[in-house]
Amino acid sequence: MTNPSQSLIIKMVSRTLATFIQVFGIYVIIHGHYSPGGGFQGGALLAAGILLIRMTEGREESQPTLATAIATPLASLGAVIFAGLGVVILFFGGNYMDYGAVPVPGMEVPVVRYYGILIVEVGIGLAVMTGLVSIFDDMVRTNRQSGPDMGRGGMS
Amino acid sequence: MDMSKGKKILGFLSLLSLTILLLVAVDSLPKRGLPDAPAHQVINAAGNTGAGAYFIQSAYEDAATPNMVTVVLGDYRSFDTLGEVVVVFAAAIACYLILRRREDEEK
Amino acid sequence: MNWVLEIFLDILLLTTAIVALQAKDLMTSAVATAAFGFTVALLFISMGAIDVGFTEAVVGAGIVGVFFVAAIYRTTRKTKD
Repeated sequence: MTNPSQSLIIKMVSRTLATFIQVFGIYVIIHGHYSPGGGFQGGALLAAGILLIRMTEGREESQPTLATAIATPLASLGAVIFAGLGVVILFFGGNYMDYGAVPVPGMEVPVVRYYGILIVEVGIGLAVMTGLVSIFDDMVRTNRQSGPDMGRGGMS
Repeated sequence: MDMSKGKKILGFLSLLSLTILLLVAVDSLPKRGLPDAPAHQVINAAGNTGAGAYFIQSAYEDAATPNMVTVVLGDYRSFDTLGEVVVVFAAAIACYLILRRREDEEK
Repeated sequence: MNWVLEIFLDILLLTTAIVALQAKDLMTSAVATAAFGFTVALLFISMGAIDVGFTEAVVGAGIVGVFFVAAIYRTTRKTKD
C-alpha cells in the first residue's frame, strides 16, 4: 500500500488502465438516462480508477490525482448538491425532490425533470467517488510505522 | 470431550432442519417471472395491476428518459437514493473521525 | 440453456463461499470474497436485473476487495482459528 510496487510493467499497465476506467465511469454517469448505470455505479468506477493508482504508485506519490485533504470536502459537496437541489425546489413551491415544480423558461416539465435527474446523478457520483477514496486513505494512512514487512502481523 | 461431541451433533441437526425448512419454503414460492404470481395481482393506488405498473407506463412521459430504472431511482424514489448517499458519506465521516491522524501526530 | 449457466454459477457460488470461509490465509479469503461478489453479479444479470448486477460487480468485486486488502495490511494476515 504505502510502499509502491517496484515493477515497471505493473505501473505502466495500471496507469493506462486507470484512464480507461475513469472515462468509462464518466460515461456511465452521463449516459445513465439511456443505458444501465447511474451516479452510484459511475462514482464507484471513478473511485476504482483512483484506487488503482493509489495502490501501485503509493499514497504520497499519487496525491496530485486527488489529494486526501480535498476528498472529504468534495464528498460533502456532492451530498449538498443532492440535498440542496431538493431544498431549492421547496422555495419554488414544489414538494421535496419534485423537479418539475421549477419553472424554467422554454422547457417542458419532463425536460426539466430530465435535467434534475442529471444534476442529482452528478452529485451522487461526486459524493460516492470522493467518499470511497477518503475511506481508503484513512485506512492506509497510519501504515507507515509498521515497516516493509506488513502483512505478517505488524501490530503498530 | 463427550460434551463437545454432543454439541456438534446438536448444531448439525439444527442446521439440517433449517436447511430443510428453507428448501421447502423456496419450493413453495411461485416460479420466477410468472405473470400470475401474487405480486403481480396487486391493484396499486393508481388503479393498475402490478406494484410498479404506474412507473412502467408513465416513466417516459413524466421525465423524458428512456431508462425507467433511472427515473425510479432519481425521480420517483429519490429520497431512497438520498439515504444511500448519506450512508456512504456517514461511513467516510466515521473513518475520518476514527482513523485519520493529524499531520503533527504523524511526524 | 439458461438453467445450465445458472447451475454452473450456483456451483461456483458455493465453491467460492466455502473457500472464503475455510482458508487460513486471509488474503485468499479476500480474493474469494471478490470472486463471490462477481458470481452474484453474473447471477443477477442472468435474472435480468442489469442495474443491480452492475452495482454488485463494481462494489462487491472491486471496491470491497480493495478495502479488505487494506484492512488485512492494517491488522494481521493469518487467522487464529
